[in-house]
Amino acid sequence: MRRKYFQWVGFVGVLLLLAAGAALWSLTSGEWDISLTSLPSVLSDKTSMEYTILANIRIPRLLLAFSIGGALGITGAILQGVYRNPLVEPYTLGISGGAALGVALVIVLGLQASAPYILPAAGFAGALSAIFLVYFLGLKRGEVNINRMLLIGVMISFVASSGMMFLMSVTSADSLHSIIFWTMGSLDEPNPVLIRIMLIASVAGLFVSMMFARPLNALRLGEAKATHLGVNAAVTIRVLFVVASLLTGICVAVAGIIGFVGLIIPHIIRLLVGSDHRILLVGSYLGGSIFLMVSDVAARTVIAPSELPIGVITGIVGGFVFIGVLSRSGMKNSL
Amino acid sequence: MDAHYLRVEKLVCGYRNFRLNSVSFSVRKGELSGIIGPNGSGKTTLLKAICREISILSGTISLNQTDLSRISFREQARSIAVVTQHTEPVAIRVEDYVLLGRMPYRRHFQFFETQADMMVAEKYMKLTGVWRYRDKLMNQLSGGERQLAAIARALTQEPQLLLMDEPTSQLDISHQIQVLNLVQELNTRTGLTVLMILHDLNLASEFCDFLLLMHEGSLCKQGAPAEVLDYRTIEEVYNTIVFTQENPLSKKPAVFLVSNKVITQNQELMKQ
Repeated sequence: MRRKYFQWVGFVGVLLLLAAGAALWSLTSGEWDISLTSLPSVLSDKTSMEYTILANIRIPRLLLAFSIGGALGITGAILQGVYRNPLVEPYTLGISGGAALGVALVIVLGLQASAPYILPAAGFAGALSAIFLVYFLGLKRGEVNINRMLLIGVMISFVASSGMMFLMSVTSADSLHSIIFWTMGSLDEPNPVLIRIMLIASVAGLFVSMMFARPLNALRLGEAKATHLGVNAAVTIRVLFVVASLLTGICVAVAGIIGFVGLIIPHIIRLLVGSDHRILLVGSYLGGSIFLMVSDVAARTVIAPSELPIGVITGIVGGFVFIGVLSRSGMKNSL
Repeated sequence: MDAHYLRVEKLVCGYRNFRLNSVSFSVRKGELSGIIGPNGSGKTTLLKAICREISILSGTISLNQTDLSRISFREQARSIAVVTQHTEPVAIRVEDYVLLGRMPYRRHFQFFETQADMMVAEKYMKLTGVWRYRDKLMNQLSGGERQLAAIARALTQEPQLLLMDEPTSQLDISHQIQVLNLVQELNTRTGLTVLMILHDLNLASEFCDFLLLMHEGSLCKQGAPAEVLDYRTIEEVYNTIVFTQENPLSKKPAVFLVSNKVITQNQELMKQ
């Protein structure tokens, strides 16, 4: 048993090293190459061009990639654990659909230039509306019913995407372009306040969910059996649903829709170290962070000086990596 | 201390189309009791109400003179452990599964199990014989092995009362006897109070000190096996013709089923 804990510590250590490596790669790669050895001198010389690139572009992007990747990874792990369904991901519950509809509405109404935070605010409001609907429509006689919530989430997702298609079909070409650009997801966020909010929310989400790691393990046996083990299943599910939903809502509001991270990262971590949420949650957080940092470098450099939408990279790379890991492991640690 | 460890009084609970009708009984400390009755008679509903899986509409359930609705799930799990009919074949190591039994004892922010937790789990894994496959995944075990692991997990909770819902329903006779012998041994040796649902009347008769016979949501009869398992009661409740006889070794009633063919043959013989 102690051996298992040492393995976990080793695994987290490896992930932290990989995260540090990905962060350094992200800081030094791009249209303007900065060598690894010159990084300390660049950071100390605030007047240099390289410093401006790092401080204004790469470090903010790095922080966003770290926090959003981590938040999506941990959210996927939480939701797959709560719903005991390997296909659930942060966007299954209609949260991204709600956010996208909110943003599309603001763009179509021509309000996007009316206030500085209007797009993320609209995205977050849309996400909150979806969360509210899924939660309250998902209650049955005042009690949480996870299957009902899941189905309602999927339905809200469909309704939101139909609503968005309606808006896109009646709007101008300019608005259409803005909507499509937003939904593709991007880590290009110049606003430091939003980056700070994302980072704080992401790390706070990690700590709160880690407190529920052992109850999540009990929930793997089902709600009734978790209750027999002394876990207040209803409270645990409610808290984790709110944490996961808010984290997803903030991610979507800040960076648009970045798919696949929340679905595949928890699976990959599960295949590597098993399904114990004490390692799965922190592993999914770090795994998601590493994956998004690396994907961001790829998005910035593959067709430089142009930039690929990050969702394209996460989808293609993530899909193939997942198939590779899955075929090697034989799915021995399934959900 | 009240000798009646578990007391159920005028319990009404259930679903839209089925309810328990004012069920009252008590189980003494250290007693091995069984709940029997036909399908749909309310046995599992009763057990679910005791472990607060379903809410009760009226009546009270008290454990050691404490109203169960007043204590937290965690406190309850330290006193009551449940083994269900079906243990889900999840991909979790047997040892980790058994260690889940220490969940009610975890402190806030306690992330890892303590050495004491490990020792308790090891003790019950060895007692139930699951120690040798502790590194396997639960979904790699046979039904009988999984059921023993479930019992090890329940015992790791170190409960005062063990509730079991048809623990032998998916097992062959050898595993049935293995599981029930273990439960009986624990009951005798440690004074563990046990309340279990059993479908097999002969197993119920052989292993239980006290029986509760459920019928259509009501408690139809309760008492020692010899009082409850008389052929008239069984025929009435189960709507089946049976024949009862005392087991020559255990001196407890044994119930024999009789097929329609044999009944017809006997009726013809009697006519002649």
